[in-house]
Amino acid sequence: MSITTETLVLPASSPPRSSARRSRDLPLIPITILVVIALTAIFANFLAPHNPEVGSLTARFRPPVWQAGGSLDHILGTDQLGRDVLSRLIFGARVSLVVGFTAVIVAGVIGTTLGILAGYIGGWVDQAIMRLTDAWLALPGLTFAIFLAAIVGPSMWNIVIILGAVYWTRYARVVRGEVLSLKEREFVRLAVVAGCSRMAIMWRHILPNVVNSAIVLATLMLGVVIVTEASLSFLGVGVPPPQPAWGLMLSDGKQGLMVGYWWLTVMPGCCIMLMVLSANLLGDWLRVKLDPQLRQL
Amino acid sequence: MKQFVARRLGYSLLSLLLLSLTIFFFVRVTGDPAALLVEPGASEADIAAIHQQFGLDRPLWVQYGLFMVNLFRGDFGQSFYYQTPVFNLYLDRLPNSLLLAAVAMAFSLLVGIPTGILAAVRVGRFWDSAGKIFALLGLSLPSFFVGLVLILVFSVYLGWLPSSGFGGVWHILMPAFALGWYFAASHMRLTRSSMLEVLGSEYIKLARLKGLPQSLVIAKHAFKNALIPVLTLAGINLVLMINVAVVVETVFAWPGIGRLLYEGISFRDFPVVQGVVIMGGTMIVVVNLLVDIAYAVIDPRIRVET
Repeated sequence: MSITTETLVLPASSPPRSSARRSRDLPLIPITILVVIALTAIFANFLAPHNPEVGSLTARFRPPVWQAGGSLDHILGTDQLGRDVLSRLIFGARVSLVVGFTAVIVAGVIGTTLGILAGYIGGWVDQAIMRLTDAWLALPGLTFAIFLAAIVGPSMWNIVIILGAVYWTRYARVVRGEVLSLKEREFVRLAVVAGCSRMAIMWRHILPNVVNSAIVLATLMLGVVIVTEASLSFLGVGVPPPQPAWGLMLSDGKQGLMVGYWWLTVMPGCCIMLMVLSANLLGDWLRVKLDPQLRQL
Repeated sequence: MKQFVARRLGYSLLSLLLLSLTIFFFVRVTGDPAALLVEPGASEADIAAIHQQFGLDRPLWVQYGLFMVNLFRGDFGQSFYYQTPVFNLYLDRLPNSLLLAAVAMAFSLLVGIPTGILAAVRVGRFWDSAGKIFALLGLSLPSFFVGLVLILVFSVYLGWLPSSGFGGVWHILMPAFALGWYFAASHMRLTRSSMLEVLGSEYIKLARLKGLPQSLVIAKHAFKNALIPVLTLAGINLVLMINVAVVVETVFAWPGIGRLLYEGISFRDFPVVQGVVIMGGTMIVVVNLLVDIAYAVIDPRIRVET
């Protein structure tokens, strides 16, 4: 009895995932929104119909084009100084994106570095860093950010540094946890045996393995950071006027709210919401894709 | 147990120490604190007087000692704007913040727990998806935007509710909703996952095997156990609510601690800002300590770990 060839053939392994298949999984809506916002921010100079910081006082509080009294010149109306709302929204995307991304990166670099040091070196270094993290976590992020902003004074780059200084703790916690388990893995032990220095191990062997988690966290933090930036601007300690930040626009629009100038609050509010929503959706998706360990978070 | 409490207490004190050091040094590293401590437009002589009065001409560690001694005596300095001690101002505003936080908490639990249970019981089906969307919106909508849209709808267009201020029952509805909104989503998420975990446990399977109807299993057996983590989180969140309400209180002109902080910023009233931040941090450290100790009392396993 000879074995037929068919019985020997292994069941065909599932075909390698083609790019078409992978792209079907992509969360298209949030990515589209973020890309559109990013493109708007990059090409703000060409897209904006008016100067966002200069208005004409004769054209104050013009409603959007579809309401009575609106004109095509100011599609989304004008604000209390007669500035074009659409142009301010377009330039505001720049502020939100720049602040959001750089703050998340600053926080990520601080948190990941401290997390790796704490996890890999251990001992008193670990204790010191983790106690510092706990102390930092004890303060509500927004209040702490307000406090720092009140001291150093408002400017866009100060806000970036403040947000970075406030939000690094989550990275430190997660990264430290991962490093603790990575440390016991064979490739790290082999590197030790091979005589790598501690710096080299942390840099070349540990760091590449925690980058995934850091990226997932960064995406999830993007939403938090953008809302905090908007809140700071809203309270008057964020991006200083006349720069067009969405939070600042909301805060200015508040005065016109009671007389029914709804577009001054609803428009920037919707922009913030769309951006934060997209960042959160993308973060959730990345979390499931890149890092099974974080799924329970 | 004693050892656990002692160690936990030590960590909390360390946290507070680091907190005070951070605040102390940030103020001094970023410039002359006298510039923050005098009213805008003060003369050279005034600044020199402040230097003398607050001992800013002495070494840093002496200054820190003075700073800590004053804190322990409840002396957070004098408000420039109100011309009263910051601590008194804080105590005046605290009840309002507590009231707002309590109503917001009640709202967030009333919304969060039922939707969370519904999502867990109908996991993977319509209500679960609806719950997920609700949670996502809750976490993505900034509270000031929710607040402003509420004002627009209920005050400007419908004219049902007062847009701001403090007074009757009607004044608290919108701020409580705007503040509770985010927390409702987080309570919903936790209720769902906690309920799912409980529903998968052995004693629930047993209750089902006994032939108990689904409603009874959920209402009587699962509900109570699933609620423990949610209520713990709610306790911590209540303290958090008091301290993060600054934006909501600003939108609705609610005279709480958050509003005090905002006034402190607007009037460049630095002692007020510093006082509110220190009190907030202290409150959160203390609550975390209490929760940890309470857990250790309930669950002996925790005492051994860490």
